[in-house]
Amino acid sequence: MDIDLLSNILYAMVRTGTPLLLVALGELVCEKSGVLNLGQEGMLLMGAVVGFIAALMSGSLLLGFLLAIAAGMIMSLLFGFIALGLNANQVATGLALTIFGTGLSAFIGAGFVGKPIDGLEPIALPLLSDIPLLGKMLFSQDLVVYLSFFLFAAVYWFFRSSRPGLVVKAVGENPHAANAIGLPVMRTRYLAVMFGGAMAGLAGGYLSIAYTPLWAENMSAGRGWIALALVVFASWKVERVLLGAWLFGLASILHLVFQGLGFSISPNLLATLPYAATVVVLVLLSRNQIRARLLAPMSLGKPFHATS
Amino acid sequence: MIKLEPRGQHSKLMAWLSPVLAGVLTLISGAILFSLLGQDPLEALHTILILPVSDVYGVAELCVKAAPIMLCAIGLSVVFKAKVWNIGAEGQLLMGGLIGSACALALIDAEGVWVLPVVLLAGMAGGAAWAGLAAWLKTAFNANEILTTIMLNYIALNLLIWSVHGPLKDPDGFNFPESAMFSDSALLPTLIDGTRIHWGMVFALFAVVVIWVLMSRTFLGFQVKVLGLDASAARLAGFREKRLVWIALLISGGLAGLAGIGETAGPLGQLVPQISPGYGYAAIIVAFLGRLHPLGILLATLLMALIYMGGEMAQITLGLPVALTGLFQGMLLFYLLACDVLINFRIRIPALAKPEAAVATIKEEAAR
Repeated sequence: MDIDLLSNILYAMVRTGTPLLLVALGELVCEKSGVLNLGQEGMLLMGAVVGFIAALMSGSLLLGFLLAIAAGMIMSLLFGFIALGLNANQVATGLALTIFGTGLSAFIGAGFVGKPIDGLEPIALPLLSDIPLLGKMLFSQDLVVYLSFFLFAAVYWFFRSSRPGLVVKAVGENPHAANAIGLPVMRTRYLAVMFGGAMAGLAGGYLSIAYTPLWAENMSAGRGWIALALVVFASWKVERVLLGAWLFGLASILHLVFQGLGFSISPNLLATLPYAATVVVLVLLSRNQIRARLLAPMSLGKPFHATS
Repeated sequence: MIKLEPRGQHSKLMAWLSPVLAGVLTLISGAILFSLLGQDPLEALHTILILPVSDVYGVAELCVKAAPIMLCAIGLSVVFKAKVWNIGAEGQLLMGGLIGSACALALIDAEGVWVLPVVLLAGMAGGAAWAGLAAWLKTAFNANEILTTIMLNYIALNLLIWSVHGPLKDPDGFNFPESAMFSDSALLPTLIDGTRIHWGMVFALFAVVVIWVLMSRTFLGFQVKVLGLDASAARLAGFREKRLVWIALLISGGLAGLAGIGETAGPLGQLVPQISPGYGYAAIIVAFLGRLHPLGILLATLLMALIYMGGEMAQITLGLPVALTGLFQGMLLFYLLACDVLINFRIRIPALAKPEAAVATIKEEAAR
């Protein structure tokens, strides 16, 4: 395998892994606060359709991304209102958000299927992008990929050495104790859910404005669900989210790799790889039941109703 | 401000009122949506909800759509009772359609009354096997069934697309991604001439009765319910948890598989990439809406089938996207979850509850 091919594969791996990374980072923060939001797929699709339409109508990609983020946040507030405000079952509410988001995005976007836009162009950083192998992978990407690097570093720092990060973890581990010492449990959870919504919205916008760039019904193709599995894969550790997102990015582009190497396997069969990989990863990480339970935030998925 | 106050015990009345309330709220939201889109709301609702079922053909079509949804939903009621979150009815339906169709195509030259039962059993086996995979992953490796069943849905869809492009493609089909038409011996007969209503609806109603008896009259059903209510109690009573998870998932997958082969051997008559417009996902909503009870599921299925027909009708007569169906489904589930809060909580408005505030309000009104 020559170095050009390898460098192109690495480039595509990061690009494909970016939406997964964004969604998984958002969901990680959300789960750390004890909230399980299975609505990622719905928020992704709403971000994608709103971002695409905004970018197409206004001609401004920035406006497209901003409205994609806003769409994700509004969707997450809907989840927050029902799951946190009304104490509903988080699993069912998350599923509802996905079904609703899938339906609404298809409804809004029906007239925009297949319309072309000029997507976000990559920007090669001078000098850095000339580094062999890693230059193209890390320094010839578009702005959102660079933003994902920054957001990864920010979330890493947030949990490692910031006080609000500690508050989020405390709320997720034991909301009653956190409430007793005066931490705002509900506000923290709402903010964490909204951060998750913003990240999923951004990831959706990335799919329809930069990655593809066009709108098609159900275009996220399960990425929201894979990102949810990624958080389990990462054992709720930020650095492993990055690793996992890029590995899954690689699994999604394997058909290109195989083509490059001269194999011919049906693209439909290869398309099952990321999903099969997700199942395998879940199996490997959940096998030890006690370990799996220790790693997850203690109150994950459990509603909190302050008694006082 | 509005406050939620715990009721102390479940309200049986609210549990059954909540789906009705959710339906009404969805209708109101739909009316608002239509008027925003510049349609006459009442006329639009009439077009999508009454017009489709105003003749015999329409009612027959309703049953055609209801059969697969009912089969999936009644199966889901069993797993959901056990608190096993099988989100994979869609994939199990697709695998049932795929395996059953493969069998029908292998028997394309065969004739006789035995062909159809073999094809149907193959479909059920395909769906059950796909659910069994999730059961194995859950019981042997403790893998979260929500995520595995979702992943299996996507894998099943890709396998279906692969097979109609490859091994099961009609050799004389001008390269279209679809199989050859099944032979007559492998087709489900229609019930009424001139309509598409077929034996699938009979199977669905039969399944509803069987599951009703199973869950309310047998020890197995009792065990499944106990497992869902309190897993540690089930373990203490000596129930074999893993075995129950397996059985529940196999039943649910088998029925979804029957729904799938019922589509390809029924109204479709061949294997195509679009077997299901999301029936397996709609069945999740139906199961919740019907309170996991056979009667409730029967009614909720009819409503869901009507929403599917309404979406098609809206596209034909109002020029709206067919995705209207998905939008209504999502709204229905959201409203249901919000209304379900009333089962365990009652709404209190503290400002009204305080006597002095109430007196103040009365005085204010009197002063006017």
